[in-house]
Amino acid sequence: MSDISRRTLLSGSALLLASTAMPAFGWAQTPKKGGRLVLAADSEPRNLNPAIVASNGVFFISSKIVETLAEASFDGKDGLEPRLALSWEGAADGLSVTFKLRDGVKWHDGKPFTSADVAFSALQVWKPLQNLGRIVFKDLAAVDTPDDFTAVFKFAKPTPFQLIRNALPALSSVVPKHIYEVGKIEDNPANNAPIGTGPFKFGEYKAGQYYKLTRNADYWGKDEPYLDEIIYQVLPDRTSAAAALEAEEIQLAAFSAVPLADLDRISKVPGLKVISKGYEGLTYQLVVEINHRRKELADVKVRQAIAHAIDKDFVVKTVFLGYAATATGPVPKNDPQFYTADVPTYPFDVAKANALLDEAGYAKADDGKRFAVKLLPAPYFNETKQFGDYLRQALAVIGIDAEIVNNDAPAHIKAVYTDHAFDLAVGPPVFRGDPAISTTILVQSGIPDGVPFSNQGGYKNDALDALIAKASETLDTAARTDLYKEFQKEVAADLPLINVAEWSFISVARDTVGNIANNPRWAVSNWADTYLAG
Amino acid sequence: MTRALTLIRRRLVGSIFVLLIVIIGTFLLLEAAPGDAVDAYIVSTGGDAGMIELLRHRWGLDQSELTRLANYIWALLHLDLGQSVTFSRPIRDVILERLPTTLLLMVSATALSFGLGSALGIYAGAKPGSLRDRFLSIGSLALYAVPGFWLGLVLIVVFAVDLRWLPIGGIESLASEKTGFARAADIAVHLVLPVSALGFIYFALYLRMMRAGMAEAWRQDFVLAARARGLSRRRVVFAHVARNALLPLITMLGLQSAQMLGGSVVIESVFAVPGLGRLAQEAVASRDTPLLLGIILTSAVLVIAINLAVDIAYAFLDPRVGASEAGA
Repeated sequence: MSDISRRTLLSGSALLLASTAMPAFGWAQTPKKGGRLVLAADSEPRNLNPAIVASNGVFFISSKIVETLAEASFDGKDGLEPRLALSWEGAADGLSVTFKLRDGVKWHDGKPFTSADVAFSALQVWKPLQNLGRIVFKDLAAVDTPDDFTAVFKFAKPTPFQLIRNALPALSSVVPKHIYEVGKIEDNPANNAPIGTGPFKFGEYKAGQYYKLTRNADYWGKDEPYLDEIIYQVLPDRTSAAAALEAEEIQLAAFSAVPLADLDRISKVPGLKVISKGYEGLTYQLVVEINHRRKELADVKVRQAIAHAIDKDFVVKTVFLGYAATATGPVPKNDPQFYTADVPTYPFDVAKANALLDEAGYAKADDGKRFAVKLLPAPYFNETKQFGDYLRQALAVIGIDAEIVNNDAPAHIKAVYTDHAFDLAVGPPVFRGDPAISTTILVQSGIPDGVPFSNQGGYKNDALDALIAKASETLDTAARTDLYKEFQKEVAADLPLINVAEWSFISVARDTVGNIANNPRWAVSNWADTYLAG
Repeated sequence: MTRALTLIRRRLVGSIFVLLIVIIGTFLLLEAAPGDAVDAYIVSTGGDAGMIELLRHRWGLDQSELTRLANYIWALLHLDLGQSVTFSRPIRDVILERLPTTLLLMVSATALSFGLGSALGIYAGAKPGSLRDRFLSIGSLALYAVPGFWLGLVLIVVFAVDLRWLPIGGIESLASEKTGFARAADIAVHLVLPVSALGFIYFALYLRMMRAGMAEAWRQDFVLAARARGLSRRRVVFAHVARNALLPLITMLGLQSAQMLGGSVVIESVFAVPGLGRLAQEAVASRDTPLLLGIILTSAVLVIAINLAVDIAYAFLDPRVGASEAGA
């Protein structure tokens, strides 16, 4: 099972908009020490090294053990708060970034944490091996370590500091050099039993049963962590997490382990609370991917017609039961840095959609159909599948006959991103805080076949490519941000793909679990301050 | 004794061909499924072209299908099941870790369905056409019609969520550090619901077979003779009618073992039991071909062994069977 198999949704649209402006949740109480937190895990990542595999499934467990240089924050400067780094500063020429590191931090095996560990992680792990780091740190040439608590990243080409900063929460997990410098990094046993600096130590893993993390008594955070143990109980069945919460066998189900349809019922169970905050930094985008090799779909009028045929409000209300927001373009509304609403929009308008299709020269035949397409909804989420069913009906209304092709996850990945055996697909790309990490790749041309979550629809727009290239080497934060606003306009105008909605996950927890959802990546943060009351 | 040995020898020779067909068939089926282990892996990570190429090379997926099949069979001849792609561990270890759980589940569920099914079948068949016979027949049919996963979910809602008598899933308490008798008791408590869900599906089958066999036996001459000899009703039921009706049930026991393995996939998922069935499902989802081959091979060996045991038992219970085969 893929580790996003069950990951689903977030707050109502208003909440999603407001969330970044709101401070952390305030059921302020003096945290209590001790206790075992038991929570549901829907998948079992085999490689637990977040420095190699930067994915939510791995972070969910490993972020408590292995820490990053900085973590996302609701109210910190630039949306960040310090972890292993105390400060970070980019040079004006974009060729270096200087990190001041925390003193007095110890690895779980007792050895001291130093700048050598950061240099090793960045050069030997993030840049060559990490799924996202290979892109963001591709021009990293060296890391200087003038003393034990200073690391200076040197880039071969000017690299925007804004990008590096935005990448820190997900991409900068630091692993111990002394453990990894022997042998092949990919085969290191610590990948399955991580050693980090985090508030919890890796305890044990029983395949198919549980992961156990135990308190790190030497943690650098004052009085932290509060919990003695965290147990991830592996519950593969979609209905189990809700039942386990009700039976009080677990106290928390994060990452929408409780399906949307059950939330209404479970929110009425005494002692349980439903929380749609704490995932603002992990926004998924509901997108219609388009194969521009089909001559009909290569016509922008046809794409605009499809956009007009989709009732986004209905999708949010029906497919996501309100736990989502409608989208306007390739950057989600809840992003505090880049989002602009000033883009061409496509209100739900069947008459206009029909007119556009007529104009494009695809008149309705006698049976009311204009042309047929193959539609492949991604199987990773219930909601992507349900939206596929909706889209088929919406297209039928404007005379496009969509045939749905259902695949399991690996088959879908191969069909869409390697074989290009689709006309339309429904995909859930992730916005990772900066468009350069995993968003521009969705529309950029020249990407080799087989790269997942990228432009495999054969779309090529020289103006857009030039804009993306320019933004990638623009160092000034304001100018770079403006370029990405321009990028959103261009994408919304030419519709290489159609952004429909944005959503994230829901947590359900016992009332006793304290300090939930107090940062935008809460479920994948270190939980040093999480506690169990009463 | 020689009769049994001949039987075993013949079956073992036949089994080798069965296993070979199973391996090649499974391999080809899995190859026909679109997407490979790397496609399954990058669903949750993404990654650029270079990383994907690296992974394909590391996992040996850049070799041709034929090469991989040949390598697999060659390694198998050296009793090596290979390395799991997703677990990065020897497949033998991964399977051995899960096998006892599935065996425990299967044996318990078989004991439950066979024991209860044949007992109630005797009870119902002792008086064909009586009220209790009709009631048990209809009741068991209803149970047989219920899908296993649904029965499992209902059991969870009633006994684990509402009444809280039993745990909702798992094979034992999490990280409890129990040992010895306390651990065995803990496992037994955890097994109650999954064993019931798995066992009750097949229970109906045994009950109905037993009952039908008894109804048939009642009409036989030897039963008439036994009654004419003035044997007690109890003696007639147990020593003559039930005993003869039991034979087809033993055949069923062998056939059912394969079905139980299939049923355990669903039950293990519903009850979060870390067994082979769930492992197989994960192996398919992650396109871990060698792991799935290992699991299917283990299951095939298991089913062959059980059926062999059944045949031997049969040969002892009914001398006619073994004689014809051994003499052929």
